[in-house]
Amino acid sequence: MITAEIPVRRHTQPGALPVLGRKAFVEQVMGLPISIHVRATEPTSPDIAAAADRAFAHLRLADRIFSTWRSDSDLLRLQHGELAVDDAHPWLAEVVELCLEAEERTDGLFRAWRSRESGRPVFDPTGLVKGWAVVGAAAHLETVPDIAWCLGAGGDIAVGVGRGMHDVDPVWRIGIEDPRDRRQVTDVVTLSRGGIATSGAAARGAHVSDPRTGRGIDRAGSVTVTGPDLMWADVWATAAWVDPTEAARLLASRDPAFRLLTH
Amino acid sequence: MRRITYWLLSTVSALVLLFSYHTSTSAKAATSISTPAAQADTDTTATASGTSGTGSASGATSDTSASSTATTPSTTTTPSTTTAAATIYDGDVISTRYGNVQVQITVENGKITKSIVLQVPWSNGKDQQINSRAVPTLNSEAVASQSSSIDMVSGATYTSEGYIQSLQSAIDQAHL
Repeated sequence: MITAEIPVRRHTQPGALPVLGRKAFVEQVMGLPISIHVRATEPTSPDIAAAADRAFAHLRLADRIFSTWRSDSDLLRLQHGELAVDDAHPWLAEVVELCLEAEERTDGLFRAWRSRESGRPVFDPTGLVKGWAVVGAAAHLETVPDIAWCLGAGGDIAVGVGRGMHDVDPVWRIGIEDPRDRRQVTDVVTLSRGGIATSGAAARGAHVSDPRTGRGIDRAGSVTVTGPDLMWADVWATAAWVDPTEAARLLASRDPAFRLLTH
Repeated sequence: MRRITYWLLSTVSALVLLFSYHTSTSAKAATSISTPAAQADTDTTATASGTSGTGSASGATSDTSASSTATTPSTTTTPSTTTAAATIYDGDVISTRYGNVQVQITVENGKITKSIVLQVPWSNGKDQQINSRAVPTLNSEAVASQSSSIDMVSGATYTSEGYIQSLQSAIDQAHL
């Protein structure tokens, strides 16, 4: 678990670190580009490659369970009545709990249940699962001694350190895409521990809908949330995209460790 | 006697060949890069041995480099595509729902100066329409959006997954 309280740093401390090499691992999981970057004095260590493999495996398992595209996922089999609740992977129950908590914490600005005209609401935890799965995958990197890591999953990024790196704050510079002109980076946030998530309509159009009205949100711009945990940053970014003013108010009172940036 | 010597020699050289065959199986489809220098080498071997070809879907770069290592084990490749400052990196070939995508970037002094698409799905008219609009945008995006010192980009979830992933892998190789 990430405990550091200061996720955003504006300046680096040159000379505070030994010379670190860097290694990158890229794989496509959940239909998304997943990049793991590791800084270490010995970036070629097999421990690092093994941890990256386990992180990717964790994401693949999450995809097998929660995919809304694969008809053999636990989630869809459950919804189609092909799987008993007791036989589903225990992660499903965990995610259901987290979705309920997220809905409560954001006063319903985040909601994983979409109502349909015909009867039962559909449970679609996609908005929470990606951040949750990335945090779980990153736990494998946290066990490796003396590394700093950065895990990017389609625009949502978690960064942190391995064992024994508690006194150092390796800084990752995260560019925030300009929602009006995707060729530009509009802002740079430096992060040494925690997560950063961006919500907006730039890439996929109105893919987030307002749970209060059921209508898609169609406006320009994007919101970014940084904080000590990627999953909650992601949840808050979705909530802030739905209602920036209300989310900013809630965030300040309920999760003051997180920061909201509007672009 | 002489025959035995030859046999021994050939066994020894076979062993040397075997051991010089670097394991490309360490990470299946993942691109794993150790040092920029080593990466530049793999890249030049890849481009030297047939340029853009790389028809197979995953791990194309490592396959090509592995096979070229196996056939010409003793040579250290001369960096033919590396001029004083510019280096060319090929992104992984990414299979998407619509077809394969592969991107190549040119890096000069730590900056992307050029980005071209080596492979793109052109299977039907609609794809063609979308791609003819998207690809130039994405290309200029790759060149313009990068800043010398950005580790990753946070943005709304990408549609052009294949493109971005291929681009990201090329960037990862270049350690930008």
